[in-house]
Amino acid sequence: MPEVLIVDDEIQIRRFLRIGLETNGYKVYESPNGHDAILKVAQRKPDLVILDMELPDLDGLEVLRRLREWTRLPVIILSVRASDVDKVAALDAGADDYLTKPFSMDELLARLRVAQRHAQPLAETQIFKSGPLQVDLSRRIVTVNDQTVKLTPTEYALLRLLIQHHGKVLTHKQILREVWGPEYVNETHYLRVYFAQLRQKIEDDPALPRLIVTEAGVGYRLIDEG
Amino acid sequence: MDDFRPDPDSLLAAIQKDEARQHRGKLKIFFGMAAGVGKTYTMLQAAHERKADGVDVVVGYLETHKRADTEALLTGLEVIPRQKVEYRGTFLEEMDLDAILKRDPDLVLVDELAHTNAPGVRHTKRYQDIFELLEAGIDVYTTVNVQHFESRTDAVRQITGITVHETIPDSLLDQADEIELIDLSPEDLRKRLSEGKVYTPERVETAANNFFRVGNLTALREMALRLTAERVDHQLQDYMAVKQIAGPWKSTERLMVAISASPFSERLIRWTRRMAYNLEAPWLVVYIETSSAPSPESKAMLARHLKTAQELGGEVVVTAGADICRSLLHVARQRNVTQLVIGKPLRSSFQEFLSGGSLVNKLIRQSGDIDVYVITGDEEDSESRPRTFTLPQLVTHSGWNDYFLAITIIVLVTIVNLLVQPLIDYQATGLTELFAVLLIAIYIGRGPALVAATISALSWNYLFIEPQLTFQISTLQDTLLFFLYFAIAILSGNVTARLRMQERQARYNADRSMALYTLTRETAAAVNMDAVLRTAIEQLGRVFDAEVAILLCEQEELCRSPHPNGTLPIDDKEFAVAAWVYNNSKPAGRFTNTLSLARAQYFPLLASNEVVGVIGIRTRVNERLSIDEQVLLDTFINQIALVIERELIDEQTEQAAMLTESERLYTTLLNSISHELRTPIAAIIGAASNLQTSDPTSREQLSDDIQSSAQRLNRLVENLLDMSRLDSGRLQLKREWCDIGELIGVAIQRLHPCLKHRQLKLTIAPGLPLVEIDFVLMEQVVVNLLDNACSYTPPDAAITVQAEQGRGEVVIRVSDTGPGIPTAELARVFEKFYRVPGTIPGGTGLGLSIAKSLVEAHGGAIRAETPRTGGTSIVITLPAIGTPPPVKEVIDA
Repeated sequence: MPEVLIVDDEIQIRRFLRIGLETNGYKVYESPNGHDAILKVAQRKPDLVILDMELPDLDGLEVLRRLREWTRLPVIILSVRASDVDKVAALDAGADDYLTKPFSMDELLARLRVAQRHAQPLAETQIFKSGPLQVDLSRRIVTVNDQTVKLTPTEYALLRLLIQHHGKVLTHKQILREVWGPEYVNETHYLRVYFAQLRQKIEDDPALPRLIVTEAGVGYRLIDEG
Repeated sequence: MDDFRPDPDSLLAAIQKDEARQHRGKLKIFFGMAAGVGKTYTMLQAAHERKADGVDVVVGYLETHKRADTEALLTGLEVIPRQKVEYRGTFLEEMDLDAILKRDPDLVLVDELAHTNAPGVRHTKRYQDIFELLEAGIDVYTTVNVQHFESRTDAVRQITGITVHETIPDSLLDQADEIELIDLSPEDLRKRLSEGKVYTPERVETAANNFFRVGNLTALREMALRLTAERVDHQLQDYMAVKQIAGPWKSTERLMVAISASPFSERLIRWTRRMAYNLEAPWLVVYIETSSAPSPESKAMLARHLKTAQELGGEVVVTAGADICRSLLHVARQRNVTQLVIGKPLRSSFQEFLSGGSLVNKLIRQSGDIDVYVITGDEEDSESRPRTFTLPQLVTHSGWNDYFLAITIIVLVTIVNLLVQPLIDYQATGLTELFAVLLIAIYIGRGPALVAATISALSWNYLFIEPQLTFQISTLQDTLLFFLYFAIAILSGNVTARLRMQERQARYNADRSMALYTLTRETAAAVNMDAVLRTAIEQLGRVFDAEVAILLCEQEELCRSPHPNGTLPIDDKEFAVAAWVYNNSKPAGRFTNTLSLARAQYFPLLASNEVVGVIGIRTRVNERLSIDEQVLLDTFINQIALVIERELIDEQTEQAAMLTESERLYTTLLNSISHELRTPIAAIIGAASNLQTSDPTSREQLSDDIQSSAQRLNRLVENLLDMSRLDSGRLQLKREWCDIGELIGVAIQRLHPCLKHRQLKLTIAPGLPLVEIDFVLMEQVVVNLLDNACSYTPPDAAITVQAEQGRGEVVIRVSDTGPGIPTAELARVFEKFYRVPGTIPGGTGLGLSIAKSLVEAHGGAIRAETPRTGGTSIVITLPAIGTPPPVKEVIDA
């Protein structure tokens, strides 16, 4: 049974999360503040952490940083801060996902599943499948609806990066750093151009993409349709 | 009965004086006829008495002159240490004003009121220090001798032959709340002197034979007694005015004294002051500026006179005019002057003839009912200095170059005349020379013209009139010609020169009015404070050729950073001067008596009831401004202060208007929101309270209701948050190159829940350029439009989203085939909280308003249209300028 630590100072939020998660087969721990949260992570070693940004003692971002000093366990941020700046800051600091309050339970469960999966690294030899898309990572073959698609090296590099983190948001910075290099982290228009090209090749309707989703102001996410 | 009613003005003045003194410190002057009468001693005794009464007394500055009994009295009193001021390598000891202000006692003793401070100390004179102490609410005891009073220095010099340099304005006596005369008979004083109680033995001998002669002392004693008596008189009158006792009320006399840049004028000022004081009449000092450029010495002299006048309590009027007599009388009539004081002319009758008649005669003839006093100059002055105020009139206009030029012209004309002599007779020669003189008068000046006239007359006589090569003239006709020539040359030279002077005067006046007019016009045209200040700095800099800085106040304090357009750098030292000016509402800095070591001069910007800022100015020539420049500068500064005040008032009015507007919005908001908030909350509470009791099917229904109501609430809150973010003005666009197609895709994705049942047509023109916009904000715009299209149309209405490229812009169009908006309402739908009448509930009237603000923040435009096919179409145009830098392909990793 996967174990989740909920870090939130609001008792109502903790309660409805506990009810929702327990009915879906999670074992739940609760923590009302940052210091207690760090302690509980060390003691209970949960599989996942759901972390609020506004805590009475520490800033959520600070808790995240302290956790990231010694553990890679998946952390999902749950916050009322809706601005893209906050999202990017949290993701860049090592959060696995970011959900804005209010949110639906279904959405949270989906994100939890994605985060859990990423706890295990993806093998290079695997074949990735999502909807009409199929990518053979070892042979570098991309097919859409069983038709082979020819990608440029840049397009393929982008797609491979998204596949490695499928289901998870990658910030503009993270993508640019991984694919182009650290000196290109501000050239967001590269992304606009290449994702438009990539979508033309792999999406059924490039104007309404279903595989590669834009997270406004934050980054991109490859939808995992199993 | 009227005769017994006190004059309201004087009553008010007396009461105001009383009120001003409530929070000001009290000044007591211990006053004596000469050194050694025991002023300091008496002051110390008084201090001990006060101390015994529990008053907090400190000694600010005290000179015991090593007199044993005085020194003995000093024990038991707290003495503030003096500050050491370095001046040219030596250290001078001065009173530490700031230390006293910091110590803040009830009463401070400051000896030697007339002392002049060392350079580098804040004020030039000690009495200014004392004023500052009084302003701070500290009582002051001080000492002074009669010879230091401005108005008595003449008399002291006449009696004792000693010129007193350390003087204090007589008005100090009026400022004093109490005066104690320390009187001692001359014999007793001489006895004290011989006993060594005043000076050290070696100095006793000389002192006794010079200053301390019985005759001198008697005269000084009388002076001191008279000064005290005069003051007592005044106090009595003040008292009678307040207590409504009928008595000798303020006279209706008004005195005016005309001064020039002559040392003699100081005497005139003092005379007038004494006279005015005795008559209890107000008095003014007038200087009429003519076009002649004064020498630096006379400028400085004038400035000194005007300062003296101000210190003595006179009002100073400086005005320009070519005709001194007319200008004087003009000012006199304007100010209801009854008595006019002028100096006896020291010019010869010849000079007076040149300047168009004696000023005194003209004044007396034209003055009408104004009495004219003609005061003689000082013997000493008139003998030693007549040249300083007669010759310059001739010399200072024109340099030696001009004279040289005039003589050269005459010599050349004479040579030409000599050459053509065989052809023309000597009368024509005379005419050509006369013509030359006229030209010199017009183009060079009066002095050179007079010299040219003399030389040409003589040379004409010598070279051309028979018998030639002699100064003799043989015929009566030629004699007449010669003298006529001389007279015409001088007269016409004089007249033309005067014309030229008037013309120059007119031009100068015009320049001055022009400068002022420009300032007024430019500042009037300035739309905001920043523009006003920029204009003011620019104009001041241009007109005075100076570096300028303007500092405004912020929350009752002078703002440290000057206006960025200022040309005068303000470091911490200069700022300290500006801050002093701000706190004391008085000018300070260079060329003033306060903090004169500063680099620039600082003036307070005085609005009707407060100081709104400080102007710092430093002319590039770095010289004292001339009187007229000073007057012009004052006018400028007043004007600037007025405009700044106007702007401040405007800003306040604007803020008030904004407040009213925001209150109106607040009310609208409350009305609109309370309904929108309560409806979903009511639904949620109702459904939640029924959840436990209901059967499973209704429970499902109820939980659905809770969810949809909560979402409705959420949308409203988001809109409100967006709106407040926009209204706060803190919105910062994070522009980056964006793909409009992608943006629309994201917006549609976000509204998927409500759009999925709709017929949606999406047309993105291929090859749309990237646009530099804030992705998140612009996506919000499209979401709002789509949301509206969904909410306000029936489920079967189709929605179309189009994006295409226009000329230098990208056009996004969101259309629906719903009921449409009435044409009259099309423009209003973007207003805050405006909702088209008859629309279904559920909206806030904010969506389109937010969209409009966001689009406009991007420099774009938004409008609502009714397409020919019906329904509604919202059209956004965004500027598409420039292209992003080229993208870089990755070499396969």
